[in-house]
Amino acid sequence: MEALSSLAGGFAVALTPQNLLWCLLGTTLGTAIGVLPGLGPALTIALLLPITFKVDPTAAFILFAGIYYGAMYGGSTTSILLNTPGESATIVTALEGNKMARSGRGGAALSTAAIGSFVAGTIGTLGITFLAPVVVDFALKFGPAEYFALMVLAFVTVSAVLGSSAVRGLTSLFFGIFLGLIGIDLQTGQARFTFGQLELLDGVNVIIVAVGLFAVGETFYVAARRYAGKDEIIPLKGSLYMTREEWSRSWKPWLRGTAIGFPIGAMPAGGAEVPTFLSYWMEKKLSKRPEEFGTTGAIEGVAGPEAANNASAAGVLVPMLTLGLPTSATAAIMLSAFQSYGINPGPMLLQSQPQLVWGLIASLFIGNVMLLVLNLPLVGLWVRILKIPPPLLYAGILVFATIGTYGISNSPVDLVLLYVIGAIGFLMRRFDFPTAPVVIGMILGPLAEQELRRAMTISNGDASVFITQPLAAALLFLAGAAVVGPKLYQFTRRQTPRPENVPGDA
Amino acid sequence: MADQSRPSLAWPELFIGIGLMLFAGLVWWQTATMPVSPMYAKVGPTIFPYMTAIGLFFLAVFLIGFSVRGGWQPADEKEVPVDWGPIAFVVAGLVLNVGLIGTIGFTLSSTILFVLVAWAFGSRNPLRDAAIGFVFALVSFFGFAKALGVNIGGGWFENLLGA
Repeated sequence: MEALSSLAGGFAVALTPQNLLWCLLGTTLGTAIGVLPGLGPALTIALLLPITFKVDPTAAFILFAGIYYGAMYGGSTTSILLNTPGESATIVTALEGNKMARSGRGGAALSTAAIGSFVAGTIGTLGITFLAPVVVDFALKFGPAEYFALMVLAFVTVSAVLGSSAVRGLTSLFFGIFLGLIGIDLQTGQARFTFGQLELLDGVNVIIVAVGLFAVGETFYVAARRYAGKDEIIPLKGSLYMTREEWSRSWKPWLRGTAIGFPIGAMPAGGAEVPTFLSYWMEKKLSKRPEEFGTTGAIEGVAGPEAANNASAAGVLVPMLTLGLPTSATAAIMLSAFQSYGINPGPMLLQSQPQLVWGLIASLFIGNVMLLVLNLPLVGLWVRILKIPPPLLYAGILVFATIGTYGISNSPVDLVLLYVIGAIGFLMRRFDFPTAPVVIGMILGPLAEQELRRAMTISNGDASVFITQPLAAALLFLAGAAVVGPKLYQFTRRQTPRPENVPGDA
Repeated sequence: MADQSRPSLAWPELFIGIGLMLFAGLVWWQTATMPVSPMYAKVGPTIFPYMTAIGLFFLAVFLIGFSVRGGWQPADEKEVPVDWGPIAFVVAGLVLNVGLIGTIGFTLSSTILFVLVAWAFGSRNPLRDAAIGFVFALVSFFGFAKALGVNIGGGWFENLLGA
């Protein structure tokens, strides 16, 4: 039970008044930006990255983790009351949650979402506590070749498997990898892709890319869709207290959602969308009242996906803290915060920074309790935030984008770059390219390059190391199968119509 | 394939594919012109950029292929035409911001940006927006920026207040 004693040490760090305040600030801010459509945790943490020059790493990461968890809670409120998902991971919650709000059961929907998030978040954080040391033991045996192969697998799964199109996801990823290449190559001092601009020698700052894609691009996108219809906020009706029947219909979906969400989040694939959809589909199959799905709104369809969403958010932290492998845009930006402290996340992190890691994990437990209190009794406050008129909201977002970017070096070049990336982000939204792989590729790309060159230097330039090392080969094979497999499956099915597909079978 | 209706060429998607192809070429060309010391001839700073260029090239081929077969833009996006009016106001705000922030300072420049973006999103009360934007920018400047230790470059107005 080494993990438990480490965790106890973590609580000693997290329970200091100062760190409790950081946690409260993070969870409150996180809920607020989760509630506001158009603002997400990745953007918020990117805007707050300069804080890493001011406060110690433990405080900064407690703040960031609070924002990360809080956004997951806040997102569900927006989905339920506005039918516009606040976050991509709460799309599914909007399906049933909004229907429940329309039929006067918004209170119960908010409650089951918040309590389910709490249950899943707590179990998920327990999962981190016990899984992280195990993964670290395993990861310590990895050499550069294995690391590179693992990163390739993560690249493929975050961009090709989870989105609507493998080609478009990979295009976003490669664009991100290119952005990560800009600047001086640390190993040789060679300037790459700077096009003679002195500003680019230090590379493109991740703040500019994240803010450009998530704030400027998003603003363009919403501005261009003025005719697409207005959202209406559904007034909150129904008691927040769940009836005995609602409890009994909720607790199993919470646990099932957690069981789906955490493992998928913890895999180097990550992502919260897939587990929420899986959970929704499962609850629909298992429900005793399938007729409520899509009509009056089924509470199972809110409880399960919300739990899955929060459990996978916890799961994503496992590869981030133990392998230095970010599998979501938010995790990628947190990784860049580690880098700005000169800390290398990876298997050594738990030993070199136990205070930081266990303090962070302990603060996640505390944050979950805070979030339950913040989100249930205070839900009226968040509903009021939802009522900020869009003109003022988006104008404010762009002012913040200016602060985040211009503050880096007071250079108008950075602002121009921000707007160009914003325009690219707008095109990506219009043409259904996912944006998260850009940020992941930009952060993880240079690390993958480092491992690749390390492995090839050890092997004296022989690329066969990736095939002769069994683990590396297996990971690369998995990555290849993840891209080609689904296409191959579709192709063979199209060639030979299976007997079940004959008409009349439906 | 069973589907006999011939999908038509999707121009916007074709442009994206061709643009990506040109981009891949640019990455390749920039990599090829990098001077590399013979010490790193085998595993140097160019190996990863070459891989990136090759990856981008094949993705561009796929995208062009898709565009010829009807494109991929979701129906939901196709049905909503881009409303260029609001976009123009946002762009105007951003361009003015780049041009003015160095001379008139963050607060005033942000106020102009705020008013133009709010207008783009349908607000028709520029004076009220200017007041809100001004206070918001000023609070952000002294609160957010100073607390984070971010220097966002004040102009004469901020200097007047002793920033």
